[in-house]
Amino acid sequence: MLRTFSKGGIHPAENKLTSTKEIKRLETPKVVHVPISQHIGIPSEIIVEKKEKVAIGQVIARSAGFVSANIHSPVAGVVTKLDKIFDSRGYQIQCIVIKTDAKDPVNFEDIVYPLKKEIILSPQEILKHITDSGIVGLGGATFPTHVKLNINEDKKLDHLIINGVECEPYLTADHRLMLERADEILIGIKILLHALHIEKAIIGIENNKKNAIALFKNLTKNEEGISVVALAVKYPQGGEKQLVKAILNREVPKNGLPIDVGVIVHNVGTIYAIYQAVQHNKPLIERVVTVTGKKLKNPSNFWVKIGTPVKDLLEAVGGVPEDTRKILNGGPMMGKAIKKLKTPVTKGTSGIVLLSDDEAHRGESTNCIRCGECVYVCPMGLEPHLLMNLTEKHMWEKTYAEDIMTCIECGSCSYVCPSHRPLLDYIRFGKKLTNECKQN
Amino acid sequence: MSDSILYSVLLLMALGAIAAIVLYVVSKKFYVYEDPLIEQVDALLPAANCAGCGSPGCRAFAEKLVTQDDISNLFCPVGGNEVMKSIATLLGKEVAEKEPTVAVLLCNGSCSVRPKTTQFEGPDSCAISEMVFSGETDCQYGCLGKGDCVAACDFDAMYMDSETGLPVIITDNCTSCGACIAACPKDLIEFRPRNKRDLKIYVACKNQERGGVAKKACAAACIGCSLCVQECPHDAISLENFLAYIDADACTLCRKCVDVCPTNAIIETNFPPRKKKKSKEKKEIKTIQTIDINNNNA
Repeated sequence: MLRTFSKGGIHPAENKLTSTKEIKRLETPKVVHVPISQHIGIPSEIIVEKKEKVAIGQVIARSAGFVSANIHSPVAGVVTKLDKIFDSRGYQIQCIVIKTDAKDPVNFEDIVYPLKKEIILSPQEILKHITDSGIVGLGGATFPTHVKLNINEDKKLDHLIINGVECEPYLTADHRLMLERADEILIGIKILLHALHIEKAIIGIENNKKNAIALFKNLTKNEEGISVVALAVKYPQGGEKQLVKAILNREVPKNGLPIDVGVIVHNVGTIYAIYQAVQHNKPLIERVVTVTGKKLKNPSNFWVKIGTPVKDLLEAVGGVPEDTRKILNGGPMMGKAIKKLKTPVTKGTSGIVLLSDDEAHRGESTNCIRCGECVYVCPMGLEPHLLMNLTEKHMWEKTYAEDIMTCIECGSCSYVCPSHRPLLDYIRFGKKLTNECKQN
Repeated sequence: MSDSILYSVLLLMALGAIAAIVLYVVSKKFYVYEDPLIEQVDALLPAANCAGCGSPGCRAFAEKLVTQDDISNLFCPVGGNEVMKSIATLLGKEVAEKEPTVAVLLCNGSCSVRPKTTQFEGPDSCAISEMVFSGETDCQYGCLGKGDCVAACDFDAMYMDSETGLPVIITDNCTSCGACIAACPKDLIEFRPRNKRDLKIYVACKNQERGGVAKKACAAACIGCSLCVQECPHDAISLENFLAYIDADACTLCRKCVDVCPTNAIIETNFPPRKKKKSKEKKEIKTIQTIDINNNNA
C-alpha cells in the first residue's frame, strides 16, 4: 500500500502527454518583457534605466522588502523601455523591456556546467547566494525561497521534503527535470541539508513517475539520510500540508506552516535552481515549461527564458490548433486562463495547457443537491457548499469561523460537483473579502 | 363530566393570572426608557433602510440624529433636504443642506463600440469576474456588465440594457444612496449634481491608457487628446493619466466640450436638440440654392 494523505482528494485523468519528451531549449526571443512582480510579496524595485546595457544575469530589479526577490536580466542586451504589459489576467503590470543583443553568443548558447560536487560555502554564504539569485518556489506559489529558509530559532527542524509529486494533470516539467538533472538535484538537496543543519531529506514522488522513482532510489542507495518515497497518485498531493501528511503522517496545524511540525518543503525545480545559484552562481533566469494539449501537434518541455512571450512557446509546438478555447497558465486544476498571448513567462509559469472546445467549457450551474461530494473530496476538511452559500450572503464572520482562510484553492470541489456549481470562484472571493474584513 | 370542564377552566384562568402578574412585574422592573423623539424622527425618515446615510438602517439613523448634539454632518440622501428640514424643525438642530445628486455610469463601452475578446463562464458577478481577470473586453477599466450594481439597487433605479450590455440608471428613481457605487468593483459610478431638468455633462470613461491603446479597446474611450480641456472656457476640465474629468461645480453646461470630443466620450443628457447649428446649416444651403436659381434665371 503506497502512502498518501488521508483527507479527501481526487484522481483526475493524468494526460501526461509530454513525460517522454526531453527538455529542449527554446530559442531566445528578440525582446523579453520581465515583469517586476513575479513572486508573492512586494514587487521589486527597478534599478536599471532606459537605454542601459545589461549583461546576462545582472540584477535589474532589487528585492524591495523582506518578502520580495531580486530579478535578473535573462539576456544580454539593452533596456529599451520601462513599459507595461498584460499579465495573464489581462491587467497591465510594470515590466522591463530588454532587447536581446543578437550578436552576443551568450544569449544563444546552451551552457552545460560541469557537475560540481563539493560544497565549499558556509550555511550563511549559501543563504546569501539563494537570496541574491532571486529564487522563488517554482512549484507555482512563487514564495521567495530565502524567506522560507529563514527559520526562527525556536522552531525545531528535522526533515527536508523534496516535492517531486507534480500532481497536476498534463504537467511534466518537474518529472523531466528529475530525470535529466538528477545528479544536480541530489547535490542541491545536500546543499540545503548543509545550510539548514539537518540530516534527513525525503524525496516524495508519485507512482505515475516510476522511472524517476527508480532513478532516485538508485542514486540515493549509498546516501545516508536521503530517501525516496513513492506515493499513491492523488490530487492535490503537491500541496505542502498534504505532502507532509502523506510522507511523515504529521498534521500541519490549521493556520500553521510545515515548519510548525519540523518540516520544510521545496519543489525539485527550486532545488535545481538552488544548485545552480550556489555552485555556479547562476541566478534564476530560466525555467522548465511544459507546453501541452491534446490537439497540439508536438507537445513539449522547454527551457524558457523568463520574459519570453507565451506566443513564442505556442509557435514552437506548431501553433495554436483551430478549436482551442482556452489557454491556461499552469495546470488544468489550478491554472488560470491567459487573456493575451503577449503575456510573458514568469518564474511561476510551470506549464501552458491548451484546451479544445469540448474540454474547456463549464457545465451549466444548477441547484445544490446536497450530495456532499465537495465535503468528501476537500483535502482541508472544509465544507465548500457552505462556504459558497455564506459568501453569497456576505457573512464574513461565519466564513472565517468555518475556516475559509485555510482553503488551498485546489479546485477539487468544483471538479466533482455534479451540479457544476462555481464553488471555488465563490470561495476565492470569500477568502479575499474575509481577509479584508479581518484586517479592518 | 361537568367537573372536569370546570377544573380545566379554573386552571387555565389561574395560569393566565400568574402569567399576567409575571409579565407586569418584568415590564416594570426591566423598563427601558426610550426617547419618544426617536419614534417621531423615525416616522419622518423614508423607511428605505438603504444604509445610504452610513447607519445600518433608518431606526439607527434616527437614534443618531436624536442623541448627537451636532448633526450637521448627517444627511439622509433618500429623503433629501425636505426630510432633513422637517427633522431640523422637530429637533431644533442645524442640518446641512445638500445639492441633490444622481448616480451616473462612467462607461459608455456598449457592445457595438467595445468588442468582446474573451468569454467568461464563471458566476454572474462583477466582483468575482474582476478578481479573475480584467474583463471580457480589452479595456481593463470598463464596465464588466454582470450587473452587481443592479442587484445592489433597492429602488428599482437600475436595469441592464441587453442591447448595450451596460446598466442604465433611471434618474427619477435614483435616490443617490450609494449602494451601486459600493458594489461596482471598477469604481465606474459617481454622483453628479441633479438640476431641475436633469442636465448633465460628464466624461463617460475611466480608461487611463494612452490614446492608441484605449481607442483600440473601445471606440468610445477617452483618448486623452485634451481638445476638451483647450475648448472649455471655464477651466472645468482636467486631464490626468490620459483621462479627462469634468468638475461639476465649475461646469456651466455650455456643451462646447461635447462638440469637440472626437470619440464621443463626453455625454450630455436631457439637453434639447441643438437648434442654432442646424438652422445655420439650413440657411447656408438655402442661400446657395437661391444663388443657383438666380444664376439659372440669368
